Amino acid sequence: MNKLAEHKRQRIDELTARTAEGGGVSLFRDAGRRLLRNPTAIVGATIILLFLVIAIFAPLVAPHDPVQRFPELTKDLTVDTIPGPTAGHPFGSDPLGRDFMSRMIYGARQTMFVGVLATTIGLLLGVLLGGVAGAAGGWIDVVIMRFTDVMLALPSLLLAITLVALASQSTQWTVIMAVAIVNVPIFARLLRGSMLAQRESDHVLAARALGVKRRHIVTRHMLPNSLTAVIVQATLTFAVAILDAAALSFLGLGDPDINRAEWGLMLGVDGVRYFEVRPELAYFPALAIILVALGFTLLGEGMREALDPKNRR
Amino acid sequence: MLKVVSRRLIQLFITLLALMTLIFFWLRSLPGGPVDALLGERATPETRERLIRALGYDEPIWVQYGHFLKNVVTGNFGNSIRTGEPVMDVIGRSFPATVELAVAAMIIAIGLGVPLGYLAARHRGRALDNATIILTLVGISIPIFFLGYLLKDWLTQSVHVFPPSGRISTGMDNTDVTGLFVLDGLLTREFDASADALWHLVLPAFTLATIPLAIIIRITRASVLDVLDADYIRTAEAKGLRNPTVRKRHVLRNALLPVVTIIGLQTGALLAGAVLTEKVYNWGGLGTLITDSISGSRDYPVLQALILLAAVVFIVVNLVVDLSYAVIDPRVRV
Repeated sequence: MNKLAEHKRQRIDELTARTAEGGGVSLFRDAGRRLLRNPTAIVGATIILLFLVIAIFAPLVAPHDPVQRFPELTKDLTVDTIPGPTAGHPFGSDPLGRDFMSRMIYGARQTMFVGVLATTIGLLLGVLLGGVAGAAGGWIDVVIMRFTDVMLALPSLLLAITLVALASQSTQWTVIMAVAIVNVPIFARLLRGSMLAQRESDHVLAARALGVKRRHIVTRHMLPNSLTAVIVQATLTFAVAILDAAALSFLGLGDPDINRAEWGLMLGVDGVRYFEVRPELAYFPALAIILVALGFTLLGEGMREALDPKNRR
Repeated sequence: MLKVVSRRLIQLFITLLALMTLIFFWLRSLPGGPVDALLGERATPETRERLIRALGYDEPIWVQYGHFLKNVVTGNFGNSIRTGEPVMDVIGRSFPATVELAVAAMIIAIGLGVPLGYLAARHRGRALDNATIILTLVGISIPIFFLGYLLKDWLTQSVHVFPPSGRISTGMDNTDVTGLFVLDGLLTREFDASADALWHLVLPAFTLATIPLAIIIRITRASVLDVLDADYIRTAEAKGLRNPTVRKRHVLRNALLPVVTIIGLQTGALLAGAVLTEKVYNWGGLGTLITDSISGSRDYPVLQALILLAAVVFIVVNLVVDLSYAVIDPRVRV
């Protein structure tokens, strides 16, 4: 009898000691640990990191200026010949006599730029709309949700095509905004759904019972809890964004600047136009787009797996 | 059931009205409006005036909006700026081509996707499963217009297996009944025309099917895995039901529910993908019509009608999918 009581006390001491020293594991540290153990996420992150390094150090890595036309390349340009690899130009020429390798390297920068901006703008607008809808409820919620319904009435790429086609003149910003706006309703619905689910949850009820201000509950308790879902969605959106941008370029709705080295533009305009003359002009940017899109999809799915509270230990 | 359908139809109507309203005011809020976009910068003031009067843009905006709504409801979208024909005629002519392409793509996506997803799930963690997953990941990461050019280059230029573009060989004497060439050939017993049209259909349909195929495989796999873990499967196996019975009546029936939803959503991918695929293969359907209406000066009347049509198709398909739930899932009785 005594022995059992002794054992119980010991066990309780052990448990309190463990809780005190660890203080439990913080959400983010735990998430980070599980992310590092997830092979899908690691492979995705590695691919992205590689391209990110190329993008950041493009001026150091690229052998030439991406917009300069080289006389040694332009002299061999005809309607159906584009110079292939030569001594100074390992990937050969593009249709305007520019160094193709340098354009591919700078392309990492431009493509990431388009993807990051389109995703961020879509995320911010979506989170704003969804957050307001979820926090306010009532008629504000109804109006915002009906608005997202209207945007979701068209498949996303068609909506992007519509937005660009209805703009009077296409620039790089038209493309970025169109691809961003397409994702706004998705982020808005995601965040609103998550906030509605939390409104009746224990931690929010507890905070409300303690008399915490509404704004404080929304910013400190509800938004951080919805964050993982939004981040995962943003990662997956990035892949879609660069694919959509490439599709717009292919349809002639892309950036009209002929100097811009962006993979989607290189693939969608010159790549397909000269497919029979020099397929590398399509192969290389396509491969780069596939790899980056794959990287973000893998990272997103790995994150979804790792950050799922059901898998939390 | 009837109540749900009518409520959803009213919702659909309001959504479409809001969409058209947004597009109407968007067009008129552009600097210079559609007139400048149509004429370019070199237009003389007289031609400008004439066009403004012809399009009714000299009237107050609310009057214009009223006319616009009346026309949309009665299906009168005006005349195409490019060809001068009534918009409905232009669209009617291109519609069957896209229907044929989209249906073929959907048949491929479902016909290959469900069995592949099921097989991958049954061989979970093994080579077949991993290969399938990698293929689907590449499938959703590849720009489909690039895939289209790739297939076209390999199978029509290097090896002459398939025709490179168009819906039917020139000189093929086919009778037009429904506008769906493969079906027409069967109906009129012109089997050579049917076979020829089918041959033209293979590459475009596979290109268009890529994304829905990849997604259907993934969803089927995930859903089958879910069901395989369920208690009622263990029960079915434990009580000695034969394997084929368990698979058909217990696994597949339950696993296919989420797949049905995805098929509805993938109609969207088909509509958008058709624009890209039709441009690659010069298909001459609605996708080609969109491309033609946005290249150079924009054909706004045609564009407006096409946008409305796409939205109607997308929403109606998803409505049908939701309603079919009541039929296939006894738990959802609306």
